[in-house]
Amino acid sequence: MKERKSISNTIWTIVLAIAAVLWMYPIFMILMNSVKKESAISTAAAFSLPGADSFAGLANYVDAIASKGFLSSLGFSFLITVTSVLAILLFCSMCAWYITRVNSIISKMLYYMFVFSMVVPFQMVMFTLSQTADRLKLNTPYNIWIIYLGFGAGLAVFMFCGFVKSIPVEVEEAAMIDGCNPLQTFFLIDLHILKPTMISVGILEAMWVWNDYLLPTLVLDIKKYKTIPMLIQYFRGSYGKVEMGPMMACIMLTVIPIIIVYLAGQKYIIKGVAAGAVKG
Amino acid sequence: MEKALKRYAPIFVLPTFAAFVIGFIWPFVQGLYLSFCKFTTVDNASWVGISNYIAAIKDASFTSSFKFTVFFAVVSILSINIIAFMLATLLTQKLKGTNVFRTVFFMPNLIGGIVLGYIWQILINCLLSIIGQPILALNSTAGYWGLIILMCWQQIGYMMIIYIAGLQNVSDDLIEAAAIDGAGGWDVLWRIKIPMVMSSITICVFLTLTNSFKLFDQNLALTGGEPSHSTEMIALNIYQTFYARSGMQWKGYGQAKAVIFCVIVILISLIQLNATRSKEVQQ
Repeated sequence: MKERKSISNTIWTIVLAIAAVLWMYPIFMILMNSVKKESAISTAAAFSLPGADSFAGLANYVDAIASKGFLSSLGFSFLITVTSVLAILLFCSMCAWYITRVNSIISKMLYYMFVFSMVVPFQMVMFTLSQTADRLKLNTPYNIWIIYLGFGAGLAVFMFCGFVKSIPVEVEEAAMIDGCNPLQTFFLIDLHILKPTMISVGILEAMWVWNDYLLPTLVLDIKKYKTIPMLIQYFRGSYGKVEMGPMMACIMLTVIPIIIVYLAGQKYIIKGVAAGAVKG
Repeated sequence: MEKALKRYAPIFVLPTFAAFVIGFIWPFVQGLYLSFCKFTTVDNASWVGISNYIAAIKDASFTSSFKFTVFFAVVSILSINIIAFMLATLLTQKLKGTNVFRTVFFMPNLIGGIVLGYIWQILINCLLSIIGQPILALNSTAGYWGLIILMCWQQIGYMMIIYIAGLQNVSDDLIEAAAIDGAGGWDVLWRIKIPMVMSSITICVFLTLTNSFKLFDQNLALTGGEPSHSTEMIALNIYQTFYARSGMQWKGYGQAKAVIFCVIVILISLIQLNATRSKEVQQ
């Protein structure tokens, strides 16, 4: 019985290993093509390894960084993601704490509005949102975080509320009796208890903002500012022949940092996703 | 404590609330209003009643994109959840290399929709040209299945993580007790594991359902709706109505379509949540 189990386990391990290799193949294929010469990249030959005559070294990468504006896109994406996620974490946790602790009709209404906003598809507000952003001059990478705070608040407030409910009120009351005002109570006590949820919310929101394409396209001026997804789409959308080599180099340059961050923090990322789902 | 807290309401609530008004409430209300108007910007709107809605429903590209989305959603929800559940069951069996497999299968989820779309466009076009079929821009069947494969690749890892978390909560005692009572592997799966992870199933079906209905980036990058709008999903159809056509009437049609889309998504999510919630086991 035991032996049969171990044989079937070995078979399953092998099946999973093959699946895992296939799973990674698309990324390997892009890596392979990103080091080919432009003339050697064709639809039919995408699966073949670069040979001696088609190998271009890092030329495509140099091109992507030097003349295709990859670094400025990376900078804008980074700036937008960091400012938006920090704003969401700080303001939404404060808001969620307030509406959980203060039991009034207004807090209940606010809570349901936040939950409602999670379900609404972006297309519903995309036109009016981009016009509002233009009018209020929120159309630069430096203040687009206000828009992200507004549109991302739903998920964040919902998750924080779920967690704040499990914090015993007695802890906060004790702090207040000892002379803390609500601000001190929140920042000295609750913020520390909320840390695991902060990580989950931060990861989910960062994944969304970093990869978001439509919102920055509609809000930002594409001639001046391109985030990474906008840059990749711009390669295709622009007229004339698509330069496949630099485009694939750009894709790799986008994917590699994601893989590094993921491998470094995968414990938190996987935990964060699982925790986020349980609350959701 | 509540009294003290209320005095601090502006500090705690106002920043989020102000951004929420700018980023959601105001655009939502204005969008609702504009769906009854003819306009090109928010300033030149003139009331036209429900004629936008009538035009939207009569628009053949809208109804066909709706059908395409439904077919896509059904197949992708089933395949993602079944495969993710199978992987999760395998990865909770204490096999060798479980952590490596989990890491690998989850990874595509972190890559954005636009990038994923282009990666798969290159790969699928190469496959098609090897087997002598027309490439994606001319081949709507390949476009459909390409979208399904792409969605599976992206979402299976995420759902797998949720199912693993669910399965780890099923206690070994329960499974042992069932085995002593004579349950085989199949009985354990159907009568114990699946009922016990029903809440994970609710979440995963909900997430895959809304993700499939709202799919935009992947659709834009992989097929762009080609050939001739036959692989266009609702979100992309609305986008094209707004931005790919000139003329006074189109923005109004687009906004009316968006409202219809929004109502459909809300209704479907409510129905689905009620349906699976009722099957959940109280622990």
